[in-house]
Amino acid sequence: MVADTSAPTSKPSIGDYLKNNIREYGLLVALVVIMVFFQILTNGVLFRPVNITNLVLQNSFIVIMALGMLLIIVAGHIDLSVGSIVAFIGAISAIMLVKWGLPAIIVVPACLIVGGILGAAQGYWVAYQKIPAFIVTLAGMLVFRGMTYVVLGGRPIGPFPKEFQVLSTGFVPDFLSFLNPAPETIKNMVALVAVILLVALAIWSGFRSRRINEMHGTENEPFVFFAGQMAVIAIVALFIGFQLSTYRGLPNVLVVMGVLIALYSFVTTRSTVGRRIYAMGGNEKAAKLSGINTERLTFYTFANMGVLAALAGMIITARLNSATPKAGVGFELDVIAACFIGGASASGGVGKITGAVIGAFIMGVMNNGMSIMGIGIDYQQLIKGLVLLAAVFFDVYNKNKG
Amino acid sequence: MDNIILEMRSITKTFPGVKALDDVSFKVREGEIHALVGENGAGKSTLMKVLSGVYPAGTYEGEIHYDGELRRFSTIADSEHLGIIIIHQELALVPLLSIAENIFLGNEIATNGVIHWPQTFARTQELLKKVGLTESPATLITDIGVGKQQLVEIAKALSKKVRLLILDEPTASLNEKDSEALLKLLMEFRAQGMTSIIISHKLNEIKKVADKITILRDGGTVETLDCHKEDISEDRIIKGMVGRDMEDRYPPREPKIGENLLEVKNWNVFHQHHRDRQFLHDIHFNVRAGEVVGIAGLMGAGRTETAMSIFGKSWGHKITGEVSMRGKPVDVSTIPKAIDAGLAYVTEDRKHLGLVLMNNIKQNTTLSNLEDVSKNGIIDDHKETKVATDYRSKLRIRSHSIYQETVNLSGGNQQKVVLSKWLFTNPEVLILDEPTRGIDVGAKFEIYTIINQLAAEGKGILMISSEMPELLGTCDRIYVMNEGRIVAELSKEEASQESIMRAIMRSGEKH
Repeated sequence: MVADTSAPTSKPSIGDYLKNNIREYGLLVALVVIMVFFQILTNGVLFRPVNITNLVLQNSFIVIMALGMLLIIVAGHIDLSVGSIVAFIGAISAIMLVKWGLPAIIVVPACLIVGGILGAAQGYWVAYQKIPAFIVTLAGMLVFRGMTYVVLGGRPIGPFPKEFQVLSTGFVPDFLSFLNPAPETIKNMVALVAVILLVALAIWSGFRSRRINEMHGTENEPFVFFAGQMAVIAIVALFIGFQLSTYRGLPNVLVVMGVLIALYSFVTTRSTVGRRIYAMGGNEKAAKLSGINTERLTFYTFANMGVLAALAGMIITARLNSATPKAGVGFELDVIAACFIGGASASGGVGKITGAVIGAFIMGVMNNGMSIMGIGIDYQQLIKGLVLLAAVFFDVYNKNKG
Repeated sequence: MDNIILEMRSITKTFPGVKALDDVSFKVREGEIHALVGENGAGKSTLMKVLSGVYPAGTYEGEIHYDGELRRFSTIADSEHLGIIIIHQELALVPLLSIAENIFLGNEIATNGVIHWPQTFARTQELLKKVGLTESPATLITDIGVGKQQLVEIAKALSKKVRLLILDEPTASLNEKDSEALLKLLMEFRAQGMTSIIISHKLNEIKKVADKITILRDGGTVETLDCHKEDISEDRIIKGMVGRDMEDRYPPREPKIGENLLEVKNWNVFHQHHRDRQFLHDIHFNVRAGEVVGIAGLMGAGRTETAMSIFGKSWGHKITGEVSMRGKPVDVSTIPKAIDAGLAYVTEDRKHLGLVLMNNIKQNTTLSNLEDVSKNGIIDDHKETKVATDYRSKLRIRSHSIYQETVNLSGGNQQKVVLSKWLFTNPEVLILDEPTRGIDVGAKFEIYTIINQLAAEGKGILMISSEMPELLGTCDRIYVMNEGRIVAELSKEEASQESIMRAIMRSGEKH
């Protein structure tokens, strides 16, 4: 994020800078405000170690799918089928693990491959036959849901073997307990050490990239913002890390999610593939005439979404410990909403991984907070809908004003 | 006739950080054709937007007097109500609705929301007759050409009881015949007492029709010329626009022509959509190192289609023929292969086909050749920055930095970004399709200078242009195309506007 300075060479004032980047800081601020808001309303339940763990477990699959969905939306498409892919993958994993007794080590990669094939099958129609993604994936949504019913015979299958369940309910074992200075409060040293190392790494790399920018004469964001942003991220991360360490440590899912977020951030901001997806979403014809194989790129973007939806499907199935035909209903909407709250543009070409992740967490914290407060699912939906509208309005308003 | 219909006094309009109009005054007499000229970014469009209420009263300083009264328009509807109608460069017609529906869109002849069709059609017929169209009012917009669409827009303006018609670059996308017809129509309207303001880059047309010419430069009024008092030459107008004498519109060049680079033979292409119709017939041409070769022809002659079909088969189907570079046959069946073969195609439609407008200069510059600024698929940010910075200064792209979004650049600077993109692929032959369309005189000169530099470096240039003086001024050799065929090849000595037109006309008789 730091390397992506969109600052002009003439020195901008801090006010200008804030105006130009209000979306990014605004989103982060909104997440923090929403967290504090619910922390107060729930009398401190929100940030309890057990609840933070729950938050991660409940939202991991939305975040994971949002990574793929962001690429799809940036490319100028949409994928409505992910909820059904989640259910279908859950179903076939249940058949393979429970009915056939295959080991997880085979089933997990097999499911990822199947997910990739489902995504690619849709990508083929979108990319090469030029059928609008809305229609293709609407068809996919129905087809995969139907296939789920067929595979499961309409009945849930479970429970799953332990080795599969750890995927979503397991925690990183505490192999650093010998370092633990206060075993009374800190139950898991790995979580604490990992978070401290990550925060240190983030700060170090932030400073490093500023230094490199200076060396090459590239403009940096004002130091106040850099420092402010770093401080907020560090405080939140350290706090959450500490809370987790007093409970059962780092959930496996959190690690998977973290690695994927880092990977997709890197791909979108630094890789040629990422750059090409943005160019294609911004102007497909120009991208094609620039020598970009837009068909193949679209095809792979959908295949990638299929793989991530498959991963999410396994995480959910393992968490519920049962594959049901109704799993994942409506997930596609949560995932798409996360991307739009995170600042992606419905017409393509615009959007950030960090935005989608924060968007997913805004939704997640609201879900969780409102559930703790005992607000019914009816009002939850209503409020979430309004938040989505407000976030997108904020974007449009900013754009028109600037 | 001495009645002043419109007077804009000391108009100043500022956008954040830029003064788009600075104390501009502009006076139009009733019943005249008043041309508004100036380089891109001089403030012509902004001035017209202030006039029509796109920028409402209060967002600018100064006064607008129309029909002798001070007016404060807060919406476009306000100005339209008084008969001020703008026709924008990008036509605002709905392609899949009929001519009649378009003309009365938002202004339907209806009672209680039920449209009165017979009356609508009758009225449309009347209006179409006034603009010289014989199409049925039920014809869909998409089925008529751009020239006729422009006339439909004018008919629409007439339906609103227009008194002051403003045309923004009305002939930019028209061929000569259609332009001619449009200008004639304007002169007829003048005879009937209507007032028009015409914004245009085509100085020869302005000379033909305008009574007065107001020149804007850098957001200020430079002068108003009266065409009836003195004989105003194009050079005189250009001098006012750029603020200096333009002795030579085309920079001189000593051609150093080398070996044969691109050669195309027996090139046959069928139409992209009408798949059984052969569109290009036996095209053959060659471009040598250091040579600037032109392709002249009327709109629809097949020039762009020739270029695009060669460039990775990006237009047409059932394409057959041979393409060779330096005497060796090359595969140009996909765009990446064509780029590898050393070709680059700079499109005529830079906004839709050339640039990713929401991306910045840097991202657009490297888009066609990300390989050279990346390693294992990871972009080297600093290398990329350096490349973009180099091209920005080499081609003198005026922007506040390489991080400026290309949507905010002027036409000339956008064109330079597209050129940067293709130069960075290091092509041997550049196909430039209307490289100076819609860009101002100063930027045109810069583009010609770049073309000369490229030729001097030994690159081959194939230049498609509808402006014959431009081809005559820059090319070493000119091919003439008509109806999908190459009908003549003229050396620099043989080429003239007359010889090109003669070649087109003669070929038309043959078929």
